[in-house]
Amino acid sequence: MCLAIPMKIKKIEGNRAIVSSGSVERRIAIDFLTNSKIGDYVMVHAGFAIEKLDPKQAEETLEILRRI
Amino acid sequence: MAIFEKARGLDSVNLMEVCGTHTMSICKSGIREMLPEHINLISGPGCPVCVSPKSYIDKAIAFSRLPDVILATFGDMLKVPGSNSSLAEERANGSNVKVVYSCLDAVDIAEKAPDKKVIFLGIGFETTSPTVAASIVYAHKKKLKNFFVYSGHKIIPPAMKMLVADNDINIHGFICPAHVSAIIGTLPYKAINIPCVIAGFEPLDILQGILMLVEQLASGETKVENQYKRIVKDHGNKKALDLLKDVFKVEDSDWRGIGVLPKSGMKLSKRYSMFDAEEEFHLPKIKTMPDKGCICGSILKGIKKPSECALFAKKCTPEKPQGACMVSSEGTCAAYYKYRR
Amino acid sequence: MHELIKDLFIKNLDNPYLHNLGDAALIERNLAYTTDSFVINPIFFPGGDIGKLSICGTVNDLAVSGAKPKYISCGMIVEEGFDYKDLEKITLSIKATCKVSGVYIVAGDFKVVEKGAVDKIFINTSGVGKIYTDARLSSNRIKPGDKIIISGTMGDHAAAVLIAREELKFKSKIFSDCAPLNGLIASIISKDIKFMRDPTRGGLATTLNEIAMQCGYNMSIDEKNVPVKENVRVLCEILGLNPLYMANEGKVMLIVSESSASKILSRMKKHPLGRNSRIIGEVGKRKDKKVYLKTKIGGTRIVDMLTGEQLPRIC
Repeated sequence: MCLAIPMKIKKIEGNRAIVSSGSVERRIAIDFLTNSKIGDYVMVHAGFAIEKLDPKQAEETLEILRRI
Repeated sequence: MAIFEKARGLDSVNLMEVCGTHTMSICKSGIREMLPEHINLISGPGCPVCVSPKSYIDKAIAFSRLPDVILATFGDMLKVPGSNSSLAEERANGSNVKVVYSCLDAVDIAEKAPDKKVIFLGIGFETTSPTVAASIVYAHKKKLKNFFVYSGHKIIPPAMKMLVADNDINIHGFICPAHVSAIIGTLPYKAINIPCVIAGFEPLDILQGILMLVEQLASGETKVENQYKRIVKDHGNKKALDLLKDVFKVEDSDWRGIGVLPKSGMKLSKRYSMFDAEEEFHLPKIKTMPDKGCICGSILKGIKKPSECALFAKKCTPEKPQGACMVSSEGTCAAYYKYRR
Repeated sequence: MHELIKDLFIKNLDNPYLHNLGDAALIERNLAYTTDSFVINPIFFPGGDIGKLSICGTVNDLAVSGAKPKYISCGMIVEEGFDYKDLEKITLSIKATCKVSGVYIVAGDFKVVEKGAVDKIFINTSGVGKIYTDARLSSNRIKPGDKIIISGTMGDHAAAVLIAREELKFKSKIFSDCAPLNGLIASIISKDIKFMRDPTRGGLATTLNEIAMQCGYNMSIDEKNVPVKENVRVLCEILGLNPLYMANEGKVMLIVSESSASKILSRMKKHPLGRNSRIIGEVGKRKDKKVYLKTKIGGTRIVDMLTGEQLPRIC
């Protein structure tokens, strides 16, 4: 369960943010995040950012997956 | 492939995933066909729609028939069959049923329609329940009097513990749900005591997760590993967990086909009971019809495959589902029907 | 829906002209005749409106049946209180689309009904066209080894409409692909084309299944060859939708002989509506009428007909 996709924070307004992936945009809630900033990638599920994507970890995983 | 190599010395291996999105991803990408024959991937009760008891659907339908009610729900619930009808049928018959992408949208509908009562169907595991909790807090701050939640939220680790203890199934390892783990972290899986790997949803993530499980089994280890480090932290998401503690209280819960599992469901806490649809609306007693011939229970436990059900692909199809495993697009039977016939 | 058509309409109304259940009926020696009703909501969406759609829909049904569309009838039913400015916009849109496709509205009807009896406006169009002498379209001609070509990206129209409905609160620059295909088809029509259909409701997957049922063979397509715009792909991922099942209103799918495939493809790519044309698969030898998809990571799965509506999901 849990369709969630990575989207980029474009604007922050208190507990809400505009996120986008390509030209698809939505206003979502960022209540679960700490210290988010514009440019962060977050996993979006049911209108909320549930977690930040760690770019370093993402790169490491991609490297492992490339080798499979 | 590395999995073939590592699995060589092992007897028959049963790995279970308990996440509908994993079920779909595995079926869609044909991973089963790529694995060595003695590695069995079992689909467990990973679909929150599938494990919602029929009585929940019947009650949701009853709510939708009340005057001045707008029933807001995730799209997943619309076609689930209750005893006599479904929310899609009720909508066709004139009930005000709205599909929303987020519980916050339901709060928004309530704000914009103060003369209506908005009841939101709270379905989902730990990825979704915090979003509903946050929405309830938001409604509380806005002092809304016309927003309610009918909670059917469930918690996954108790179900996993029950499945391991069940002698009919023989699970050697779990592929743990990715986004549930983003919320709850890795700790809750330690008490299950069999190899666990949290894996992402991409086919390659799942394959790597399977490899890590096979490696554990080959070396005799039992640990909780995290393949989805780019999102999942050991401690999970504290803000989400705190919200859950505040807004919900844990109680025993009925899982369709499995039965009542202790401390596996969530009801609104006393502090937020004014948003609880069950407290606000008193419905007449509803008689729920038992499933005839449907073996969703055994399928959810991974004991039987959909092809072993007498109704599968005959009386029970995605167009005319008899049980939730077929109706929910990530139910085991629906996935099998679409991808493996 | 298919069952209703079979059990009520075909059962009672069948005749040699209706029997083939093609996109248009072939009548007299060389005429094609078709009809369609349009009830889309919202009536205005990025890339088009119900007026443009009502002309494109019928023009395309004629074009994919191998005919040059010429004469269209247009019947409108609007609810009381419908905004005149909107009606004017829709009419001008119909005018513009007729001009681009080279067709004439030769008969029309207009009714007003009480508020709520229709949802704003419903339009029916019927059309007649002359079948090209080179057209030899029949599912009987389809053989193993034939190639499957599509004229461009999948799912644009459905995605644009979903966003325009606004209930899901997403914003995006996705436009409906709504367009008349008769120009593109006129530039490629030849006896090498064995079958054509426009993948509208139910998307590419449903269309492939319908053709597989008709010709009796299986179809095989390669997922990496099916073009999908990035924004459409993202929206589908967020909402749990599959672009293969999403409606298109300006795309054509062709089944052509293997030897003619690359020639037809390059001719299609020269036309503005065919720039993203691709060979996506082929007709197989198995007589199981199934549609197989080779996935991006090399697995194979069966792609079924769409049952009911695709709904956005969070799980």
